[in-house]
Amino acid sequence: MTQSFSKIKRKFMVLILLFALFGLAFIASIVFGQTPVSFQEALSSFTNYNEESTEHIIIQTDRLPRAIIGTVIGASLAIAGALMQALTKNPLASPSIFGINHGAIFFVVVGVVFFSISSLIHLTGLAFLGAAVAAFIVYFLGSLGRNGLTPIKIVLAGAAISALFQSYTQAMLVLNETGLQDVLFWLAGSISGRTLDMLVPVLPFIGIAMMVAMFMGKAINLMTTGDDIAKGMGQNVVLVKGLMGILVVLLAGSSVAVVGSVGFIGLVIPHIARFFAGNDYRWVIPFSALLGAVLLIAADVLARILIMPQEVPLGVMTALVGGPFFVYLARRGVSKL
Amino acid sequence: MKKSVTFRNKKNTVSFQLETKTMLMLGLLVFFVLLACITGPSLGNKLISPLEVVKTIVGQGTGGNEFIVMQSRLPRTLVSLLVGAALGISGLILQGIVRNPLAAPDIIGVTGGASVFAVAFLTYLAGSVSIGWMPAAAITGALIVSVFIYTMAWKNGVTPIRLVLIGIGISAIMSALTTFMIVVSSAVTASQAYLWLTGSIYGASWEDVYTMSVLVLILTPLALIFSRSLNSQQLGDEVALGVGVRVQKDRFILLGISVVLAGAAVAAVGAIGFVGLIAPHIARTLVGRTFGSLAAASALTGGLLLFMADLTARTIFYPIDIPAGVFTAGVGAPFFLYLLFKNRNQF
Repeated sequence: MTQSFSKIKRKFMVLILLFALFGLAFIASIVFGQTPVSFQEALSSFTNYNEESTEHIIIQTDRLPRAIIGTVIGASLAIAGALMQALTKNPLASPSIFGINHGAIFFVVVGVVFFSISSLIHLTGLAFLGAAVAAFIVYFLGSLGRNGLTPIKIVLAGAAISALFQSYTQAMLVLNETGLQDVLFWLAGSISGRTLDMLVPVLPFIGIAMMVAMFMGKAINLMTTGDDIAKGMGQNVVLVKGLMGILVVLLAGSSVAVVGSVGFIGLVIPHIARFFAGNDYRWVIPFSALLGAVLLIAADVLARILIMPQEVPLGVMTALVGGPFFVYLARRGVSKL
Repeated sequence: MKKSVTFRNKKNTVSFQLETKTMLMLGLLVFFVLLACITGPSLGNKLISPLEVVKTIVGQGTGGNEFIVMQSRLPRTLVSLLVGAALGISGLILQGIVRNPLAAPDIIGVTGGASVFAVAFLTYLAGSVSIGWMPAAAITGALIVSVFIYTMAWKNGVTPIRLVLIGIGISAIMSALTTFMIVVSSAVTASQAYLWLTGSIYGASWEDVYTMSVLVLILTPLALIFSRSLNSQQLGDEVALGVGVRVQKDRFILLGISVVLAGAAVAAVGAIGFVGLIAPHIARTLVGRTFGSLAAASALTGGLLLFMADLTARTIFYPIDIPAGVFTAGVGAPFFLYLLFKNRNQF
């Protein structure tokens, strides 16, 4: 593929701009909150940490982990969404619409309630399993019928699967009321109070999946031209699609395991990324990663300061942003892409 | 036996035809509903003999049993029947209007709108305004949100697919708003509100029975009157216009009826999903596709469905009272998937 030099230059510019935006969001996430901290103070908490200073403790034990988790999860959800939209050739595909969030939550809650599993690594495994089961069912149901994988079928199947898993989760929580309060906030999705310890077990999965996704851009570009063409060009389409599916499950499953049900990031971000990058997935994926991190961190900062001293659950914030976007996409017509 | 009976007054101004098979089916459903009114109060942790239930209902009950029947189980049974009926008719009308077997008040966001307003009412107004206004709040919410959904879906007319997709989007926004209010408010504790959101008939009172029965008794006949228009609309807007139906006006009124019923249901018991979806489908297999008898059958089936869900929910894990909404979703979602599979070539 030959691209004119200026086009590539423009994309590099966008990339740099996004990095800058991400830096700003990251700093905002460390500085803003119930206890406002000045930038100098924040900086000095890294350079010479003072155990006596409340600000330093807040930054190092609460704000920094939050910002890091927000970055990682935002990026993985956005990449998962981009992969799903490419895989299904469907602008409405994303982890939450596919029912992946509720599938993963259901499996995790089963693990906690029935098998008293508490080790994070096992719960993460369960989250992967739930994500995979939900994604497979929705993909299967969505692709039945004469017209193949249509947006409306995917959305409806995803809604039904979500409702199904949600109802079973609710039943279990009603039967075992202990800890409902904790789980409730988690069901609504939140990164408050999450420590880096929770991120560590999933980090290898996320890291590997992201790396692979970054290098798959060219293969995805070829795949989106259509199965026949891709096969003709010597691509092993089944392998590429299968790999993408695995990446989606790893990225989305890990995200749910860490922050709970945070929707719409995977839906919205790839559209913005494509606005900058066109349909070239070598660029769409890195752009999505950065934009996803920015959006999640920004939503988290807003969630913190909107109704101080309380916090809005993160999942609520993203739904309030993403819901209208979904409606906009549905209104514009989903047959495109 | 004759296949149908025709009623006609002498001047030929009023006439209608009733199919014998349909009448038998409806009679059977009514019989089951009456049966529910007796079995509902009699089953539970403390079994009360059906005879005693009947005695209590006609006013000759005694002691503790009278209290259980009159204060707890009978209102609960009646509320489940009435709410189920409201949801059944509401779903039937929606499916008729959008000509889509997958439409239901909870799927296209009407229930979500009612929930937002009901929770807002509980959170911000419950102290200063009588709780009796809650149905009004929920119905208002349902109306506002459905007008909003309809407007958003309007683009040179409303296509069913766009309506459903946009409804799902709006549903997500509404549930985010509801969660937001629950988390923020201190008035309702999280677990209480959670139960309410799932839909539980736990706290049913005679007040609920009165509100629901007034609404159902007024709106069902209205729905029956407009069922003729709905029949013609199934053939497409052009044909309906051709046979003299005021399509847009009738559709507006029908939508209003459906939304008010769904809103009232939410106010009484919270967000109970999938009854509005399933009941019309069961009714259709029982009495066929004419909307007049279908409306009656949907109401009766909806009532029975919710009654059975609630009965199971309150007895199976006694003393824990599982929200009936969990059961309706657990059964309803697979049914929805089945419908999606059956209609896979339409979408």
